[in-house]
Amino acid sequence: MVDLSVKIGDITMQNPVTPASGAFSWEYNDVIDLNRLGGLVAKTICREPRLGNPTPRMAETEAGIIQSIGLPGKGIEYFVDHIVPEYAKFKPPLIVSCSSDNISEFALLTEELARMPDVDVIEANISCPTRNLTGQNFAMHEDYTSDAVKAIKAKCAGKPLWVKLSPNAGDIVSIALAAEAAGADCLVIANTFLSLKIRTDNFRPALGNKFGGLVSPALKPIVLRMVYQVAKQVKIPIIGIGGVTKAEDVVEYMLAGASAVGIGYAGFRNPTALVQIIDDLERWCDERGIKKITELIGAVKDDDMEMDPLVAASHGV
Amino acid sequence: MSLEHCEKYTDSALRVGEVDRYPQRVAGEFIGEVVGNDWVNKEYKHLILKVHERALAAYAGQFFHLLCPTPDGAEVWMRRPMSVYRVDKAASQLEFLYKCEGRGTRGMGMLAKGDEFNIAGPLGKGFKLDPAWKNIVVLGRGVGLATLAPLSQLAAEKKVGVTAILSARNPDVVMSKDLFDSLGAKTLTVLDTDKTSDVANVEKIIEGLIKEKKADAFFTCGSSRLLKLMQQLGKKHGIPGQVAMEQIMVCGVGACYVCMRTFEIDGVKTLKRVCRDGPVFDMQTAVGW
Ligand SMILES: Cc1cc2nc3c(=O)[nH]c(=O)nc-3n(C[C@H](O)[C@H](O)[C@H](O)COP(=O)(O)OP(=O)(O)OC[C@H]3O[C@@H](n4cnc5c(N)ncnc54)[C@H](O)[C@@H]3O)c2cc1C
Ligand SMILES: Cc1cc2nc3c(=O)[nH]c(=O)nc-3n(C[C@H](O)[C@H](O)[C@H](O)COP(=O)(O)O)c2cc1C
Ligand code: FES
Repeated sequence: MVDLSVKIGDITMQNPVTPASGAFSWEYNDVIDLNRLGGLVAKTICREPRLGNPTPRMAETEAGIIQSIGLPGKGIEYFVDHIVPEYAKFKPPLIVSCSSDNISEFALLTEELARMPDVDVIEANISCPTRNLTGQNFAMHEDYTSDAVKAIKAKCAGKPLWVKLSPNAGDIVSIALAAEAAGADCLVIANTFLSLKIRTDNFRPALGNKFGGLVSPALKPIVLRMVYQVAKQVKIPIIGIGGVTKAEDVVEYMLAGASAVGIGYAGFRNPTALVQIIDDLERWCDERGIKKITELIGAVKDDDMEMDPLVAASHGV
Repeated sequence: MSLEHCEKYTDSALRVGEVDRYPQRVAGEFIGEVVGNDWVNKEYKHLILKVHERALAAYAGQFFHLLCPTPDGAEVWMRRPMSVYRVDKAASQLEFLYKCEGRGTRGMGMLAKGDEFNIAGPLGKGFKLDPAWKNIVVLGRGVGLATLAPLSQLAAEKKVGVTAILSARNPDVVMSKDLFDSLGAKTLTVLDTDKTSDVANVEKIIEGLIKEKKADAFFTCGSSRLLKLMQQLGKKHGIPGQVAMEQIMVCGVGACYVCMRTFEIDGVKTLKRVCRDGPVFDMQTAVGW
């Protein structure tokens, strides 16, 4: 049987399937066995209590949903006292996503989280497109990314720092390089795509916060391209997030260079999807005699591609 | 090209008779078989599904999250929340009463006998009956009646008397009367067409029930106007109550914070998740429906 385990730095995960931050909580334990997941990823936490954005927070489009939640939460104290213990009941490593729009606050929050023995990884969400009305965030710019990641890294107390990037940045490769240089131990690619829906019945934006993040399986090829491009340039591991709905999508992300994936939407569509994808992944590898899933990482065959169109078109598909 | 590249989603739901790998989970994903899907009137349909036994644990006020087909062949991206209308344990059947409105519910309307339908649940916190209550008043309008109907099943089991006031635009869209009647509830229909559904008249009816000691608790769903009335009467006479709320949902299990509504507790306004903290809430805490 295939060994599905992967290593992200010093963290070993029993398989490469993790939930995506904000699309998951310990409450999913009602439906699936959380101990089967590669990791547990908590919703992005902010230091201060936040109500989040006005409703409606979700609208359907032709090809996916747009959502704008606005990082609601009861603040760091409540998180430490009530939410971390819920996650601590399960075995997979706990990855805690955190956010702020102010670098010194961000560092303070990181310090408070890194102190908790049950927190295994800090994931800096520097890319939430909907925490304010403009869609702006650190991950839109190399310099901001660098400053934020440096300050956060300094307060991680030796715990791994994963940095979640934005697909809305002009050139994600330079942002990725900036994050790596500033001390990121892993890159999470990517957050949601900034978008807008206007209702034609009342001329109003469909979401209470105007802009939302587009989530759709249709975005997988775009994020996959980003993962591929970044993987060619950085040395740290990558977690691919965007449009994974089945085991073959995990394979695809790994071939492009990701060490693991995050899954959001598929778990909404099919609440049992994550566990099913793990089962299917195991079967997929076994059927092909793959012994270790890590063999797939970056194994895309792109070095001997025929670039002459006339020659290429003379071959079979 | 191999088929592999065309397969789209995972299929992880439990079919009727299949071995349950996670029997200890309170909710699941199930494939129900359509037994019937008939029109009740011009706007509403009644869906009957044969389901895996674990899905039958649903009780009044809980809901399922349904993966609807579409009338246009394109994708419905989000599941649709739908209250459990009736649980028939003997026949292994779950029933839903729904209004054919938008893409999802019109898609549901196309389901035919023998079709498969993916549902997730049972989800949420439903109605609770305090053993001290001997008689309750149920007041609902429109779709809200589908949510309130199973309460009469629960009340009948606990030998609690039910007066159900069914509010509707016109006689054609009065629903659930038969179900309430068959479970021994006393039903009163109030209509927009003859103005009996006016708040003043409904208030008079409820005041009458209070005098007759037939109102130990109030239950409502489906109308802001009726919620306000019950809140006011509840406060005046010290009668407790519960309200079932609706909101657009994504996950249905409490993870995404999409389904928020405003509540006021001890003078402080706050947001709560309809899917997890509800859909049934203490009536006095609700700020609008
Ligand atoms: C807990 C709960 C129980 C419900 N029980 C019933 C029931 O028993 N019978 C019934 O007919 N209806 C019920 N509803 C309402 C039902 O969910 C909506 O009518 C349905 O989602 C509309 O989908 P659509 O595709 O037809 O409409 P569209 O207008 O195409 O829907 C677009 C989006 O808005 C959402 N939406 C639209 N109206 C509502 C609504 N009232 N509440 C929540 N989301 C909405 C949809 O889910 C979808 O995401 C319930 C809602 C909730 C939250
Ligand atoms: C409802 C919702 C809430 C989200 N909240 C967060 C969040 O708090 N922090 C974060 O980093 N990403 C958040 N995301 C983005 C997801 O983590 C993920 O990057 C995105 O959904 C793409 O993955 P998917 O295609 O598998 O859904 C959220 C996404 C959704 C749909
Ligand atoms: S629908 Fe996700 S929290 Fe309620």
